[in-house]
Amino acid sequence: MPETPRPGQERFVASIEETPLRDIDVVDTTAAPESQWAEAWKRLRGRGLFWVSAVLLLGVIVMIAVPGLFTSKDPTMCDITLSLAGPAEGSPLGYNLQGCDVWSRTVYGARASVSVGIFTVLIVATIGSITGAVAGFYGGWIDSVVSRISDIFFSIPLLLAAIVMLSVVNNLFPERTFWTGVASVVLALSLFAWPQITRQMRGAVLSVKNLEFVDAAKAIGASNRRNLIKHVVPNSMAPVIVTSMISLGVFIVAEATLSFLGIGLPRQEVVSWGNDIADAQVLVRSGENLDVMFIPATALALTVLAFILLGDAVRDALDPKAKK
Amino acid sequence: MTETRAGAVYGNNEQPLLELKNLQVGFRDGKTLIPAVNGVNLTLYPGQVVAIVGESGSGKSTTAHAIIDLLPGTGEVTGGEILFDGKKISGANRKQILALRGSSIGLVPQDPMTNLNPLWRVGTQIKEVLTVNGIAKGKAADQRVVELLTEAGLPDAEMRARQYPHEFSGGMRQRALIAMGLAARPKLLIADEPTSALDVTVQKQILDHLDTMIDDLGFAVLLITHDLGLAAERADHLVVMYRGNVVESGPALEILQDPQHPYTQRLVSAAPSLASQRLTSAARAHVREQATEAAQENLPGTQEFGQGRDLIVEVENLTKKFETQGGRPWAKEYFTAVDNISFGLPRGTTTAIVGESGSGKSTVARMVLDLLEPTEGVVRFDGVDIRSIKGKEEQLAFRRQIQPVFQNPYASLDPLSSIFDSIAEPLVVHKIGDRASQEARVRELLDKVSLPASVMPRYPHELSGGQRQRVAIARALALEPSVVICDEAVSALDVLVQSQILSLLNDLQSELGLSYLFITHDLAVVRQIADDVVVMQSGKLVEHASVAETFDSPREEYTRKLLDAIPGGSIKLG
Repeated sequence: MPETPRPGQERFVASIEETPLRDIDVVDTTAAPESQWAEAWKRLRGRGLFWVSAVLLLGVIVMIAVPGLFTSKDPTMCDITLSLAGPAEGSPLGYNLQGCDVWSRTVYGARASVSVGIFTVLIVATIGSITGAVAGFYGGWIDSVVSRISDIFFSIPLLLAAIVMLSVVNNLFPERTFWTGVASVVLALSLFAWPQITRQMRGAVLSVKNLEFVDAAKAIGASNRRNLIKHVVPNSMAPVIVTSMISLGVFIVAEATLSFLGIGLPRQEVVSWGNDIADAQVLVRSGENLDVMFIPATALALTVLAFILLGDAVRDALDPKAKK
Repeated sequence: MTETRAGAVYGNNEQPLLELKNLQVGFRDGKTLIPAVNGVNLTLYPGQVVAIVGESGSGKSTTAHAIIDLLPGTGEVTGGEILFDGKKISGANRKQILALRGSSIGLVPQDPMTNLNPLWRVGTQIKEVLTVNGIAKGKAADQRVVELLTEAGLPDAEMRARQYPHEFSGGMRQRALIAMGLAARPKLLIADEPTSALDVTVQKQILDHLDTMIDDLGFAVLLITHDLGLAAERADHLVVMYRGNVVESGPALEILQDPQHPYTQRLVSAAPSLASQRLTSAARAHVREQATEAAQENLPGTQEFGQGRDLIVEVENLTKKFETQGGRPWAKEYFTAVDNISFGLPRGTTTAIVGESGSGKSTVARMVLDLLEPTEGVVRFDGVDIRSIKGKEEQLAFRRQIQPVFQNPYASLDPLSSIFDSIAEPLVVHKIGDRASQEARVRELLDKVSLPASVMPRYPHELSGGQRQRVAIARALALEPSVVICDEAVSALDVLVQSQILSLLNDLQSELGLSYLFITHDLAVVRQIADDVVVMQSGKLVEHASVAETFDSPREEYTRKLLDAIPGGSIKLG
C-alpha cells in the first residue's frame, strides 16, 4: 500500500560522503597501552587534593629521615630555667614547660607518631587482607571461623582494648626503649584493628570471585591458589588500599590519645606529638602559653589530614565512577 | 495494525506533534566539546510510532534524552531546534520543561529493575505522577492508579498497587513503568529500549499490549531500539542512526525491503531475526568427518578420551538443586534449577540450548564444564564420566578438551591482566612451551580471531566488547580444545559485531573441527549457528530436535511461543 509520506517523513538517505562507513569494530591503536593502575595514577596526578597531601607528607617524611635539616637543637636537652620562655635566637617557637625547644620536639616527634601509624597499618593490612581473602574465597567453615573471630574482635572498642592491653604490658615491662615502646603501641592497636580490613577484603573477594574471568581461569585448570593470588586478590585490593591510607591517620590519632592518657609511648624515652600534647595539658587550665600545645597538635592534625586527603584522592582515582 | 493505526489518524492531524530540526548534541569534556548527535531531523505525527534504530554509541538515546532535557551532566544541545506541538522547547527554561515532563511527554526507561524505587509501593509511585501533575489527589488518585495498572495489562491491579517492586517480575515492572509513563495522559511516550532487559515472550506480550493501548488512547510513541526487526514490526516510520548521524529514514517496511544507505544494508543483512539461515563455510560439509577422523587418530593429549565416539558430550539425567533459605533456620528447602536433562552433542556440530532467564541453561553449561557439581546425573566427555576424573594430570587433560566463552565481555577477562597474559595463561598453567613459543602461539591465536598482534600489551578496558569477546575466544582456543561452550557469548554485542563473531565462530568450527554447546536466549541466533536445538523451560527439557525441525514444525507449544516472539520474524523481506 504505497501511501504518500507526510511532510517531514519522506524517504531520506544520507549521502555516503557525509556519513562514511567505518570498518566494524576496529582496534583503536592510537593511544599507548595502559594498565588500570597506570590510568589510576594518571587520574591521581590530575587532582589538586593529591598534590596538597603529597607535599604535606613529603615534608613529614623528610622530617622523619633527617630531622637535623630542620633544627639543630636536641629535643631531649632541656633546661628547666628556660621553662615557657618565648621565641629566641635558634628557638623560633620558644620553650615548653620543661624548658625543651618546642620546634625541635615537634620535628623529632614526627618519627614516633608516624612510625606507629605506618607499622600498625602494615600489620593490619597484611593480616586483614590474608584472612579476608581466604575467608571470602574458600567460604564454608573457614569463612565461618574467620568471620566469627573477627566479629569478636570487632565488637571490642579499639581504644578501650588498647588501653587495657597497654596498661598490662606497661606493668609487666616497665623498662622500655624507643622501639619497644613503639612496638607495644603498634601491637596493641593491630590486635584489635585488623577485623575492619578483613571484612572489607572479604566483601571485595566475594564480589570478584563470582566474575566470569575467575570461572574462565578455573576452566583452564588453574589451581585455587593461583586463581586467588593471580586474579582475585589483585582485583580486590582497591578498597583495602584506600581504607589503609585513611586508617593510617586514625592510628596516629589513637597513638596520641594513648600517649595523652599516659599509657602510650614511654614519656621519658620517646619524643612524640601525643606526649608533648599530654605534657602541655596543664597549661590549658591556666589559659596561657597555649601555643605550646597547639604546635604539636597542629603537626598531628596536618599529618592526619594529609593521609585522609590522600586516601580520598586515591579512592577517586581508583574508582572514578563513584565520584559522579 | 500498522495500516489501521495510520488510517485512524491520517489526514486529521496535519500538525506534527514532535519535530527535531537539525538537532545537535555534544558532551563537554573539560574545554572540548565532543559531538554526539550531528544534526538529526525527525518528524512525528500524533498517534504515530516512530522508531530510532542504531547500535550503542549511535546517539539514539542521547537524542531522546535531549527532547525532555534529561541529558547527563555534561551534555548539552548545541544546535538545531526541538518543536513540540508547534512550540519550540529546546532552550526552554527548567519550569517549562518540568511542565512538559509527565503531562505532555511520558518516558518509559530502559531497565525495569533499577527504575522503580524499591522502598515505595508501586501504587504510590504511580500516584506521585498524578499528584505532581495535579491530575488527581487522595482517594481519586488511588482509584486512578488501579485503572492505570489494569490498562497496562496487570491483573489484580488493586492488590498489585499495594505491592513493592521486588514482588514484581521484570515484565510486571515494565508494565508498571508504562502505566507510570502514561499516567498523566501524555501526547507522546518516549520508550527507550523498553523491553531489552526482558525475555522475548514477555517482550512480545508487552509490546502487543502497548500496541492496543496506542490504538485505544491515541498517543504517539518515539521508540528507541537497537533491534531493527522489532522497530520494523512496531513502528510506522524508521530513523536509522549511525555515529551521531541519521543515515536513512522513511516508512518502516520500505527501508527494510529496500535499504539504500550501505549502513542500513549492513544492518538488514546482519539482523539475526531477519537473516535466519545457517551460516555456511566452504568447508562446512567436511567438518564432522574431519572431527571424527581427528579424534580417531588418537592425538597426544586426547588419549584418555580419544575413543572417537559420535557424541563427544553426553548429558544423562542431569539434575541440579540449590539449597535455599527456608522459613526457619533449620528448615532446608531446595530449588531445582535443572531437572533431569539428557541430550548429546555430536562431534563437530553445534547444539544450542535455548531458554529464557531462569530456565537453567547456564547451570547446564557450568556442570558440563565441571565448574559445578551435579546433584544427580552424569556428564560424559567422550565416554568418560567427568566427575570420575581424578588426579591433577588427568584433570588438566580434561580441561584442555573443553573450554568456555562467557557472556559478559566486561567480566570475562581479568581487568588487571594484559591481553597477552590472558591468552597465554592457559599455556602457562599447562606448562606448554617457553616464553618465546608462548608468544608465537598468542600471535597465531590473535590472528585466528582477526585481531592485530599489537593488542598484546593492551588491557581489556582499552578494547570494545566485541574485541574482548574475540580475546576470550582466543584464550579458549589456546589449548586446542575439541569442545567450546559459548554461554550467551554474543548476547551483549551490537548486531553487526554479533554477526561478525558468529561467522568467526563458524569459520573456526570448520577449520578446527570444534564442537559447540551454544547457550542462548535468542532463537534467531540459533538459526544462524546451530545444528541441533535443546529448548529448556524452568529447568526442564521441552524439546530436542534439529534446527530445521524446530523452526519448521515445532512440536511443543512453548517452542512455538518462543518462535512467535522473535521480533520481526513475520516480516517478509522483498
